Amino acid sequence: MTQRRGQIPPTTAAGNGLLDRRGFLKRGLTLTAAVATPAVAADDPQRWLHTPGAPFSNYGQPSEQEKGVIRWISANREVHGNGVSWTPLEALEGIITPSGLHFERHHNGVPKIPGDQHRLFVHGLTRRALSFSIADLLRYPMRSRLCFIECGGNSNAGWNAEPLQTRAGTLHGLASCSEWTGVPLSIVLEEAGIDSEASWLVLEGADAIAMNVSLPLHKAMDDCLLALYQNGERLRPENGYPLRLLVPGWEGVLNVKWLHRIELSREPVMARNETSRYTELQPDGRARQFTFVMAAKSVITSPSPGHLLRERGIYEIRGLAWSGQGKIRKVEVSADAGKTWALAELQKPVLSQCFTRFRIPWQWNGQSAVLKSRATDETGTVQPERAKLVAERGRAGYFHYNAIVAWNVDEEGEITHVYA
Amino acid sequence: MLLSEGALADPRSVGPQLGKPVAAAELTVIDRSIYPDGRGLPEGSGTAAAGKSIYEAQCRSCHGTEGIGGSGGQLISRGALTGKEPDPAINNYWPYATTLFDFTRRAMPMAAPGSLSNDEVYALCAYLLHLGGVIGIDDEMNAQSLAQVRMPNRDGFDWVDAKKPSDRPQAVRPGKSVRSSGSMAQPVPSASPGS
Repeated sequence: MTQRRGQIPPTTAAGNGLLDRRGFLKRGLTLTAAVATPAVAADDPQRWLHTPGAPFSNYGQPSEQEKGVIRWISANREVHGNGVSWTPLEALEGIITPSGLHFERHHNGVPKIPGDQHRLFVHGLTRRALSFSIADLLRYPMRSRLCFIECGGNSNAGWNAEPLQTRAGTLHGLASCSEWTGVPLSIVLEEAGIDSEASWLVLEGADAIAMNVSLPLHKAMDDCLLALYQNGERLRPENGYPLRLLVPGWEGVLNVKWLHRIELSREPVMARNETSRYTELQPDGRARQFTFVMAAKSVITSPSPGHLLRERGIYEIRGLAWSGQGKIRKVEVSADAGKTWALAELQKPVLSQCFTRFRIPWQWNGQSAVLKSRATDETGTVQPERAKLVAERGRAGYFHYNAIVAWNVDEEGEITHVYA
Repeated sequence: MLLSEGALADPRSVGPQLGKPVAAAELTVIDRSIYPDGRGLPEGSGTAAAGKSIYEAQCRSCHGTEGIGGSGGQLISRGALTGKEPDPAINNYWPYATTLFDFTRRAMPMAAPGSLSNDEVYALCAYLLHLGGVIGIDDEMNAQSLAQVRMPNRDGFDWVDAKKPSDRPQAVRPGKSVRSSGSMAQPVPSASPGS
């Protein structure tokens, strides 16, 4: 008998219902069937078909019905400008984070900087000390690139002894991805003239802690951007208006917002945020320092805690993978707590140091299941199981947690965060 | 250097050369870096006794009595870096005392960063280092003595994604001594702390 499109039984790819990643599109499997509604003016419940809509707006806003899609804020109770807000990864699709939902880490609030008064100073071990206005920088050659920024402290709840019950975004959403446009930092450094003794940059922001941190010169010359635009528009204040540094693939704190000073030096300045913080205490009492590169990581964003599977059937498992070391080579997904794995589809584009969207269809049979995703990047780095990471690093390091994330789906279709 | 030559060879790396020279006097104002060898430390001095009263007035509400507790970061540890509940703080974790001066001056108190005088910052450093058992109660902190403080965990860090500098001796240059006593002479950028 000839099988017709839509009747081919899905091909199993791994245990507990994971289907071949190519099955969804080829076989036209669908989650729900849309019901066409005939438009009849008089008693059409869709009134918006018959009344004029709202006027134009100067700057569009999300639908009011999406007002629950927000950054979740956790700030110091005494100093409200010191804290973080998380990107709601569980509510977003694709690879671009809307600018208004890009995660925030501020140490003492968002400065309100008049763009025409801002200066970037470049000095230290340079042939000459120079300053640049924003108007100056806007005339320089620019480049755009899609790139994630991830806080070194992202996912740090993973070090907790018990799995924290919250959304995917509030666990792993100190990572966001944008198109950044700006001036290659190397151009400005070359103009100042780099002393042969220089091997580090000391960066400083114009916020209310004058946040400072050190960056190796080779990275600055390689691919850093003096970013002026995010997702096509000038930077948002909370993302560094009028100028921030983009340090592709390296931890968020180096991507200094409100950047106003670059000092070339022989050695790191040993700022608070590269000694007391953003260092990782290990079980033997020693600490990892200058851990710049964000390692391979992935998380299933749907389904994830807060979502509910209302009926058994076919669902698309969706998630994000990224690595500061390069491109994502593959993402594997398991529906049986890691006993068996299937390759997920990587949605194009797959770019270096950028979010990569992965997808795989899954037949939920109504039984409990543990979903995991495991990223491998082009360097061969494989996202580790939590037990392995904790065995190596202990639980006091706080930063650079990149272990495999496990979600438990129970028989009611509710999803919880588990260590499995 | 090699990297520079490579970048210059790329026609896209040629800018319009709009950088404006910065006068030395202006640099003195904006350059607030303080290095582990003490470069950048300003004139001034302070002791633990003076620091205690400043701490009580300016710091205790967020950092707790004698640097323990409060909603801000814990400053002083009575614990260890190993064991079930490692307890890192300034006295047992921070590798350099210069960082304490630098961060306090640029960031504290959070409602008015940059408002402390250099003498006050030295005094606070002396108080916290004394609380942590790093220096004696009467030890005066100034540009010379602070840079000479050897923190207990100085050698406790392993660099992961950067190479430690070679062992060549580095000359300790005189500090950028021209600093007004009113701490950071540069106007602090307007901010909205607490918003």
